[in-house]
Amino acid sequence: MAAAPASPWRESWRSFAANRGALAALGVFALIALAALLAPWLAPHDPVLQYRDHMLAPPMWADGGSRAFPLGTDELGRDMLSRLLWGGRISLGLGLASVLLSMLPGVLLGLVAAFHQHALAPVIMRVMDVMLALPSLLLAICVITVLGPGLANTAIAIAIGALPGFTRLARAAALAEIGRDYVTASRLAGAGTGRLMFAAVLPNCMAPLIVNASLSFSSAILSAAGLGFLGLGVQAPLAEWGTMLATARDYMERAGWVVTLPGLAILVSVLAVNLIGDGLRDALDPKLKRAA
Amino acid sequence: MSAGTALVDIRGLTVDFGSLRAVDGVDLRLEAGERLGIVGESGSGKSVTMLALMQLVGAPGVVRADKLEFLGRDLLELSARERRAVIGRDMAMVFQDALSALNPSYTVGAQIAEVLREHLGLRGAAARARVLELLELVEIPDAKRRADAYPHQLSGGMNQRVMIAMAIACSPRLLIADEPTTALDVTIQAQIMALLLRLSTEQGMGLVMITHDLAVVAELTQRVAVMYAGQLVEEGAVPALFDAPRHPYTEALLAAIPEHNRGAARLQALPGIVPGAHDRPAGCLLAPRCAYAVERCRAERPPLAAGVRCFLPRGEPKP
Amino acid sequence: MLQFLFKRLAALLPTLVGVTLVAFGLIRLVPGDPIEIMMGERGLDAQTHAEVAHRLGLDRPLWAQYLHYVNQLVHGDLGQSLVSHAPVADEFKVLFPATVELAGFALLLAIVLGLLLGLLASLKRGSWLDQGVMSLATIGYSIPVFWWGLILIMFFSVDLSWTPVAGRIAVEYDVPRVTGFMLVDTLLSGEPGAFGSAVSHLLLPGLVLGTSTLAVIARMTRSSMLEVLREDYVRTARAKGLSSTRVLVVHALRNALIPVLTVVGLQTGSLLAGAVLTETIFSWPGIGKWLIDAISRRDYPVVQAGILISALTFIAVNLGVDLLYGVVNPRMRSNH
Repeated sequence: MAAAPASPWRESWRSFAANRGALAALGVFALIALAALLAPWLAPHDPVLQYRDHMLAPPMWADGGSRAFPLGTDELGRDMLSRLLWGGRISLGLGLASVLLSMLPGVLLGLVAAFHQHALAPVIMRVMDVMLALPSLLLAICVITVLGPGLANTAIAIAIGALPGFTRLARAAALAEIGRDYVTASRLAGAGTGRLMFAAVLPNCMAPLIVNASLSFSSAILSAAGLGFLGLGVQAPLAEWGTMLATARDYMERAGWVVTLPGLAILVSVLAVNLIGDGLRDALDPKLKRAA
Repeated sequence: MSAGTALVDIRGLTVDFGSLRAVDGVDLRLEAGERLGIVGESGSGKSVTMLALMQLVGAPGVVRADKLEFLGRDLLELSARERRAVIGRDMAMVFQDALSALNPSYTVGAQIAEVLREHLGLRGAAARARVLELLELVEIPDAKRRADAYPHQLSGGMNQRVMIAMAIACSPRLLIADEPTTALDVTIQAQIMALLLRLSTEQGMGLVMITHDLAVVAELTQRVAVMYAGQLVEEGAVPALFDAPRHPYTEALLAAIPEHNRGAARLQALPGIVPGAHDRPAGCLLAPRCAYAVERCRAERPPLAAGVRCFLPRGEPKP
Repeated sequence: MLQFLFKRLAALLPTLVGVTLVAFGLIRLVPGDPIEIMMGERGLDAQTHAEVAHRLGLDRPLWAQYLHYVNQLVHGDLGQSLVSHAPVADEFKVLFPATVELAGFALLLAIVLGLLLGLLASLKRGSWLDQGVMSLATIGYSIPVFWWGLILIMFFSVDLSWTPVAGRIAVEYDVPRVTGFMLVDTLLSGEPGAFGSAVSHLLLPGLVLGTSTLAVIARMTRSSMLEVLREDYVRTARAKGLSSTRVLVVHALRNALIPVLTVVGLQTGSLLAGAVLTETIFSWPGIGKWLIDAISRRDYPVVQAGILISALTFIAVNLGVDLLYGVVNPRMRSNH
């Protein structure tokens, strides 16, 4: 006699774990997140402190490098390692903030649009269409133009860029669920719209939303870095990885590490999140749907 | 069995998918113009047997046979190019779900013309003329308009006729039909079967009809082969086999037909399920479910003898 | 077909209106006095203030201003740059072809290489080739485009001196402007070596910009092919005795490309965004760099125009993809 089947969440975890790439990525991401969280204690120096005597010092494994600055210093003598660690806080924090800021209202709007097909949906979706007419980076640039640059505004700008995607996705997923019998049954049993939305329909839409959230996260890191690079995002002396690259360009030839390291940090983080997203997509979709 | 070159001569065909033996030592012979039915439930290996003959079994399937002859040539010894010259031309296959078996991006006319171009070198106006001829042959009305339609614009029955037209385009010696009517309405079923019968008798074309529906076999075929769990368990002429089945499985199949169960509260059915990849019995594959099984049945595999694979065929006096 | 086009355009109308509203509203949302912003000066005296307000139509009600703005747009008037005082439309006409050339080249590269790699990966599923291509693809769309550009410049331009560092053509060439597309103009000019110089300047930026799209197309092609190869009609094609090549290309690939088409449409958005970053790195004189410079110089009419044009381009490309999709996928067409 077979044992009772595992819950869909357990099964999903098992299939996720079977994907070696995704599992490794999860490990790497956990390390990065940990490093970012513990930056204040791990960083050997203050990230904005300039050591005038040690400008453009190479990393410790190269000629002229020293243990004091393990990854070298930038053009203003600031320690690279410390800046990278603190930059991690900023990038991951921005990623998380913008995902939350776009996902929560976006999903809500999508659900409302699905449940009010005739009244509110056309208005909501038209507005989303306009927002989607611009590539998200350009939309973010628009918002920055109005609000001005800076850390908080960057999060808002990126969130606004990601919002329509969540709305569309939530609406499509909700519409698919609404057509199914269990929703009709619930409605006949007297469940109100609110209950239907959150207790019945939403849990069954989670799979694509979670996958989109992870891709949104990596996209946010890239957008934040792009905005920082253009001088429109996080402003110096804050150590956002993209912002670090903005001034690094002039030192490409003689101080390559100033260019290579922040970019590598972005690449590794984004890659890790994307691999996790891929793994989630493979693991979640069929499992959670079957459980409905 | 007449001497001379048979249309199809299969000996010891085995098809394995990893640890699953889908076809287990099947021998089958078909004469020119003969109509054979292959019956069995899902998973009996009836489709795979014919797919193996058509050389359509791909990785990870492995096909082995002592003999896989068509018109006297062993298909396993032909080069890929030689094989491709035979398939679709002298030997053709029609599949179950016609809509998904046709390419959605090309018109039905273009897909039929493709076969004509590939095997007969027909092009342009000549090809077009032949396409219309074929469509009329399979009784599609308004052939000119239909030839330029896409599969999704035609009904299931019409798509099936298109598939048949595609298959008979080069006047094949053998047509294999894999459950061609299962997805269709009963009235359309009857029409398609009548069409196949007519084509077979008019053109002297051999026909293999793969189905799980015994009524189809009774109406259409001259001989029938019954398959169970990858093995051929009984073979015989059509009215005779149904009047007096010899293998317990055939007997059970017939007993389960609704018409034979009038007035009963439940349909008769064999207990148990078909063996899968990991629980194939050492002896007769039906033994675990067979009401007449004795020790010998559980210990030894019965060989195919006089058209039946059983130590204790029904209707025969016990030794 | 024409009917389909009109229906789509009609459906797009609200979106187009919305986009013009956004562009219109952009300047007015920026904190500060719009007149001072438009003039680029502060502390105007009351009389100049009123004069300018009247001249620019800023003393009229908002809806009237909006209609005036749309009217100007329809006549091709995008306003005047606050920095150069030249009509924005003129600057735009010079710069747009450069971006189109860059993005077009990047897209072409991405499609050709992406399809090829995706196809190969799908045919050799599970092999080293497949895993290698897919790993590279995942890295390809995870890499920040501006950093990728810097790295390639460091390697190819600085270390190896294989490719130039900036601009569209070497300084010594003076190519008369005919179409604005350097590849065309150099051929027309007949100057020896000019075409080659134009190509070598286009290579690296095009590669950098196209990498992410290449990766996405490769992945999409592979997964689409794998799905299609499982379809019944592929088996039917084999049952017809057709050659492997024909089955693959005529039957499988033809259908596998359909989802890839929609991806291409969406990717033009990221190409536009990527162009902004790529042009900045390679000092490529296109509208991306123009936009960014305008933002830092607070040249709001230019920003407004840049955003509007980007949105319109994106909408136009997606409309094109929609139409193409209807052609390529017969199931989308209405029944007889």
